[in-house]
Amino acid sequence: MSDTPKTVAELFISRFGDSVTVGATQSGIMSLDIDVEHWLEVCRALRDEEDFSYEQLTDLCGVDYLGYGQSEWETEQASSEGYSRGVVGNLGPGRFDWADRPEADQVEQRFGIVAHLLSFKHNKRLRIQCFAPDEGMPIVPSLVEIWNSVNWYEREAFDLFGIVFEGHPDLRRILTDYGFTGHPFRKDFPLIGNVAVRYDSRKKRVVYEPVEIESRVLVPRVIRSDSRYKTDDLDLAADERAEELAANELASPEHTDSPETN
Amino acid sequence: MSSLPQSTQTAQKQTEMAEIRNYTMNFGPQHPAAHGVLRLILEMDGETIVRADPHIGLLHRATEKLAESKPYNQTVGYLDRLDYMSMMCNEHAYVRAIEQLLGIELPPRAQWIRTMFDELTRFSNHLLWIASCGLDLGAMSMFIYAFREREMIMDMYEAVSGARMHANYYRPGGVYRDLPESMPKYKETPWTKGKDLKRRNEWREGSLLDFIEAFAKDVPSKIDIYETLLTDNRIWKQRTVNIGIVSPERAVQMGFSGVMLRGSGIEWDLRKKQPYAMYDQVDFDIPVGVNGDCYDRYLLRVEEMRQSARIVLQCVDWLRKNPGHVMLKNFKIAPPTREEMKDDMEALIHHFKLFTEGYCVPAGETYAAVEAPKGEFGCYLVSDGANKPFRLHFRAPGFAHLAGMNEMTQGHMLADAVAIISTLDLVFGEVDR
Repeated sequence: MSDTPKTVAELFISRFGDSVTVGATQSGIMSLDIDVEHWLEVCRALRDEEDFSYEQLTDLCGVDYLGYGQSEWETEQASSEGYSRGVVGNLGPGRFDWADRPEADQVEQRFGIVAHLLSFKHNKRLRIQCFAPDEGMPIVPSLVEIWNSVNWYEREAFDLFGIVFEGHPDLRRILTDYGFTGHPFRKDFPLIGNVAVRYDSRKKRVVYEPVEIESRVLVPRVIRSDSRYKTDDLDLAADERAEELAANELASPEHTDSPETN
Repeated sequence: MSSLPQSTQTAQKQTEMAEIRNYTMNFGPQHPAAHGVLRLILEMDGETIVRADPHIGLLHRATEKLAESKPYNQTVGYLDRLDYMSMMCNEHAYVRAIEQLLGIELPPRAQWIRTMFDELTRFSNHLLWIASCGLDLGAMSMFIYAFREREMIMDMYEAVSGARMHANYYRPGGVYRDLPESMPKYKETPWTKGKDLKRRNEWREGSLLDFIEAFAKDVPSKIDIYETLLTDNRIWKQRTVNIGIVSPERAVQMGFSGVMLRGSGIEWDLRKKQPYAMYDQVDFDIPVGVNGDCYDRYLLRVEEMRQSARIVLQCVDWLRKNPGHVMLKNFKIAPPTREEMKDDMEALIHHFKLFTEGYCVPAGETYAAVEAPKGEFGCYLVSDGANKPFRLHFRAPGFAHLAGMNEMTQGHMLADAVAIISTLDLVFGEVDR
């Protein structure tokens, strides 16, 4: 792990040019956005070429970016009575039931495929990502010829998100029930589901019925812009002080004031 | 299995071997060797497996979707129910992902406690594995022996978290509470009294650490007992040697990890290669297999148990000498203690906000993997800056292993399928999620 992220980024850009975009590096794993047209070609190079040699695909999953960054809880505007507490938006999971599920907004890039690669040789991980071009019928080329392990992961992404993998030998549903309709991990699929199953003793068989439970949300989705976490030097300094205080508190048995971080 | 028509004509044909075709057989989901709810459609040619098609999803609970509707810290409990044989390792992957996005550093004591409990969990998982694998392959006494030891680990779980199985012990920012100073003891009953009672309470006189130390020191002798029963056992070897061989190249291609990968001779363990918690400070060895068959995987798991005991002893040693905090003292992320809440208004407010709304995690994505007993358990987390995950995906080792099932069983006999399923070490909580 001697390469700094910068030089690795340069390596990717010099090799693949415009077909990839290097994203952020988090915890030593770099993100690579790949154009869907070059998905197979780039992946093959990532596996076979000496500089990369990502021998294993550890994980692949679909992501539905519908409603990304949307908050349900409006607390921005203060009035004379306090803050406005209206719940806004209805795209969060669980807010609706099947009958009034929201019409999906036109999101530019809704369905993404995220895969994690692992190179045993260089002891490195890489996250690769591409977006399905058409959100109505998301189609992405299958990686199954490059990494065999992707077979079931792609089936799972097809089952849960309805992403079709072109060239997959056996694209069946995998996790949901036989005869299930819909793709349950899409953001416009209600959390409570659509049908409920029970055994009918008169009919002497299992019956499917529309789900009866009410959808509700206990904790709304909130995005806050205040400093809840340490992002700058000021916060880090405050945290250090807190650490010191905590250490002192531990050293002396009597109770001191609890340390405050922010 | 299949019943053929008994007319003389067909009997005639059968002797000519002209009309025998492959037939399909349903294995599970109620089969005791299916380890839960695996439904396997086997296409058979006589006793030989031509194709195996595992049907999964019977235990699918959409944990990942449920997590999207809850604040971060409320999902920890669901993680115990994924791989319900290695509870704390799952929690570890999840809380690590959150901690990476929050960018927080844990108190060292919390890291050591996590290392210790990860290893105890590995131990408990391998005990259950050796128990059920023995049961599947006809070594029934293994089940009884291994459960005796596993019970001790359940007691440790209970002492530290209050729950025998679903611990909910690791939290973002540390662990729920420090190790207790005393162990619960057996009480006198008409069946347990006198000498017997004293023997059962012998290890429980001191603190939890004393109990763990006594256990870890004693347990290699127990592993010797298992090995006397199995390692050179002729029947055991007949059932496992050269069964379900995976070449190193195929193991990598099929996304195998953990023992399934090391059994094929690839030296890869996240605890060594990409150390997390305190694994870079403890001394242990990684056993690596040669043939990649069921027997090698058995030997590896047994050796891993010994190594776990070794790590646990080192953790006990450190934890004895270094008292300290087990939870971050940042009330924006970790809750204040009850005592602090009694006389500090700020602490009370923090507690209220933390448990009604949770905390917002900076936007970004991360992947945190741990070396769970079954392999690499990863957690891919996407945050858009809200108090709930935007997308959470778990990389379950068993999922990839089961996907390789078809390739591993082809050409083997029906009874070998049981041995292969067993050494895959499947738990459907994590395969189906």
